[in-house]
Amino acid sequence: MSITANITRLYHQFASPPYFYRISGLWLPYIMGLFLILFLAGLYGGLILAPMDYEQGEAYRIIYVHVPAAWMSLFIYMVMAITGAIGLIWRIKLAEIVSISSAPIGASFTFLALVTGSIWGKPMWNTWWVWDARLTSELLLLFLYLGVMALYNAIEDKRTAARAVAILALVGVVNIPIIHYSVEWWNTLHQGPTITKFDKPSIHISMLIPLLLMAVAFKLFYIGSLFMRVRTELLAREQKSKWVTQLLEGQK
Amino acid sequence: MFNAWLQIFKRDLLIAFRRRSEIIHPLIFFVMVISLFPLAIGDDKVLLQKIAPAIIWVTALLATMLSLDNLFRSDFEDGSLEQMTLLKSPLSLLVTAKITAHWFITGLPLILITPLLAVLLYVPAETMSILLLTLLLGTPTLSLIGAVGIALTVGLRQGGVILSLLILPLYIPVLIFATLALQNTAQGFSAEAQLAMMLAILVLSITLSPFAIAAALKVSLN
Repeated sequence: MSITANITRLYHQFASPPYFYRISGLWLPYIMGLFLILFLAGLYGGLILAPMDYEQGEAYRIIYVHVPAAWMSLFIYMVMAITGAIGLIWRIKLAEIVSISSAPIGASFTFLALVTGSIWGKPMWNTWWVWDARLTSELLLLFLYLGVMALYNAIEDKRTAARAVAILALVGVVNIPIIHYSVEWWNTLHQGPTITKFDKPSIHISMLIPLLLMAVAFKLFYIGSLFMRVRTELLAREQKSKWVTQLLEGQK
Repeated sequence: MFNAWLQIFKRDLLIAFRRRSEIIHPLIFFVMVISLFPLAIGDDKVLLQKIAPAIIWVTALLATMLSLDNLFRSDFEDGSLEQMTLLKSPLSLLVTAKITAHWFITGLPLILITPLLAVLLYVPAETMSILLLTLLLGTPTLSLIGAVGIALTVGLRQGGVILSLLILPLYIPVLIFATLALQNTAQGFSAEAQLAMMLAILVLSITLSPFAIAAALKVSLN
């Protein structure tokens, strides 16, 4: 069998709710376990092993939460939009559920990035909040998430709601670069990105490794909590279907 | 195809002229909110002159959003929207007729009344033409983006509040470029770059938003 056929088969298998429920249940402990290991290693590396910053002192260490959270905020919006589009085009129920279950997690990460940024800003810029470009676009991203969640909750029929939300998320994706650059030109005070310069990162390797560990840990946490949300949502939506009743009878 | 477009355009204009309150109410809102600011701030000429672009633009944004409420609602309720989806012409094209008509009814009067209000806020004559130009480039974009939000919420009972949550973040680039253009003009710089960006955003929303609107309407009609 060719590789593409294999991938297609795997894709269809994953889209089937009972299969996904079973497999995600098997994977979940490993994902969360790996998350815990990487999270603790990243924290240890970041808070204890990494050297002090010569300009910002100890206060810079909040970077190990702030930056991964900020990365996640945009990443999850992308996941939400892409899975939303998949649900919209192929009417795959699981993709719809993944899309909408991502929204609250993404909003939480965005909120976390804003709060840690604000705490970091106090010693560095001597103020809790500045109308700086990156802070502002992060705030606007939070508004976009809240809009998505509000629309989903307002529509009674959840399949219709998922489709409406997918359209909104796609419109948001088109707008995010425009919003980002408009805000960028409007005002900027934030320090330049630390990691994106791949040829010569402006961060020392002993600081970089814990940061990357934390980034992977955050991704794993997202996948783990996404799985939990999706599993609950699947059970709630499919409560009348055969596989759920069988599952519940098996547990008695 | 163009015939259907023209029919819908004419029909919407006719309905609006039969029910003139639809044209007048957003305008009254616009005038009243703008005159609230000098009352709240005090008759401070320097300060008012400085924040006049912000006042006019934020108010225009809110007035546009409020006026959009009627864009699809009556057609949705009496079923003519469903008939429209059955026509041979694509829905994405037909909605542009409705939005164009709606802009003529609400956007254009708003621009026409702005010079009067700008005088109340001591906007100097040099910035006036740029102010009108930003409104001319910006309000159609607001209508197009807002129509996506309206199309998503038309079937909902508490649509109004949710609508503002959905579309206000999307309005921000237009607001930023318009007010930046006006600030630059007030300081004696050229505003060409911002106006070009506004035009680019307008072209982009004319190109893309009709598809989003049509898809959203089909979801709402379900």
